[in-house]
Amino acid sequence: MSDQHTIIVTVNGTPYERTVEPRLLLSDFLRHDLSLTGTHVGCEHGVCGACTVLFDGQPVRSCLMFAVQADGHEVLTVEALGTPENLHPLQEAFQEAHGVQCGFCTPGFLMTLVPFLEENPNPTEQDIRHAISGNLCRCTGYQHIVDAVRLASEKMRA
Amino acid sequence: MKPAPFKYYAPTTVKEAVAHLAEHGWDAKALAGGQSLIPMMNFRLAQPAVLVDLNNVSELFYIHPDENGGLRVGAMTRQRELEHSPLVAERAPLIQEAMPQLATPQIRSRGTFGGSIAHADPSAELVAVSVALDGQFRLRGQAGERRVPADEFFVGMFTTLLEPDELLVEIALPATPPHSGWSFLEVARRHHDLALVGVTAVVTLDERNQCQRVRLVLFSVGDGPVLARKAGETLIGQSPTPEAIRAAAETAAAVDIDPGSDIHASAEYRRHLAEVLSRRALTQAFERAMSNT
Repeated sequence: MSDQHTIIVTVNGTPYERTVEPRLLLSDFLRHDLSLTGTHVGCEHGVCGACTVLFDGQPVRSCLMFAVQADGHEVLTVEALGTPENLHPLQEAFQEAHGVQCGFCTPGFLMTLVPFLEENPNPTEQDIRHAISGNLCRCTGYQHIVDAVRLASEKMRA
Repeated sequence: MKPAPFKYYAPTTVKEAVAHLAEHGWDAKALAGGQSLIPMMNFRLAQPAVLVDLNNVSELFYIHPDENGGLRVGAMTRQRELEHSPLVAERAPLIQEAMPQLATPQIRSRGTFGGSIAHADPSAELVAVSVALDGQFRLRGQAGERRVPADEFFVGMFTTLLEPDELLVEIALPATPPHSGWSFLEVARRHHDLALVGVTAVVTLDERNQCQRVRLVLFSVGDGPVLARKAGETLIGQSPTPEAIRAAAETAAAVDIDPGSDIHASAEYRRHLAEVLSRRALTQAFERAMSNT
């Protein structure tokens, strides 16, 4: 019953042409077809936020999209943010403020926060907590994540 | 779990989309934002044989003012667009009051107005708001178009009047009459959870500051949105005093709704929430109406 579709998806600036089944989730396409395993899969029903990526600049749940829907569109994943030698200020801030424990939720938080900080360069604690309300963390209790966002906003304003 | 296999179409016009739906009937599902349908497919609670993806049908993405002071919103308009639109702020501010309670920002990036309406989840904010605002839905099928008022469209849990070949193409919202007020309240365990109970109200006062019109809608209280007609009737022609509001809220909770119990809340708790939220919602709506000329 299922057919194959050829798609071209630009991920982190590089166009990838692949042939996929329609039912392949965008999260699985990124992880298995493109080997970009920075995007994590937590719940597959849109609640946890670990799979958050940027789709045409907007934060979306990659587990709630099919890869075929990304044909002709641009996706940014956590791999685009920085390298171990050259971290994004947000990644530095997470490290310095101890906003990372197991790291499973972290890529989802980062991809949610990148557009948030672009639009809100000087957020209040309430703004930050509202912005991260769609991302679950089982380790940190969120306080150090909030601290990391505040630290990142200071770094990025400087 | 992963979704079951399906045939996938990505039409670029409403005409093509309707033709696909007509060809496959109940085997086909329209895919709008996917924020409710795809989780169900991931769990295989839904296994449509055919998906008709509407995300490339550009003619369904718009927010237009209508000449009578209301709004016409294309069904594929993203919830995020509604949340930030100056036109919606001006002509249907109730929607913007409700948007922050609707799931999370990431969900609202993809979720659509029409998708929420067609999915008809009893706890959906936009479903209740469209009834409170006395909206009309424009449906298009093979035979042509028809318009259905919001308060007739939702006929059961996840069930609407849409025929298998029909697409919801537009939500039309009338102008808010002068001297009107509105409110939106929802109780959920966590901020972005599905509502345990929600209440939304749109009220209009006459020149003597007496209640001329009340649309009090409760959601997450049964199979679909409930327009609390009995509660509304108690207020028409009355001055909206705290006593009158209290009586209306009691009527809404005791008479207009018949909530069930489930793992999230008992029927008694739902009735309690319905009464408290109705009282607060009506109070806020009437206060706003008083200060709106």
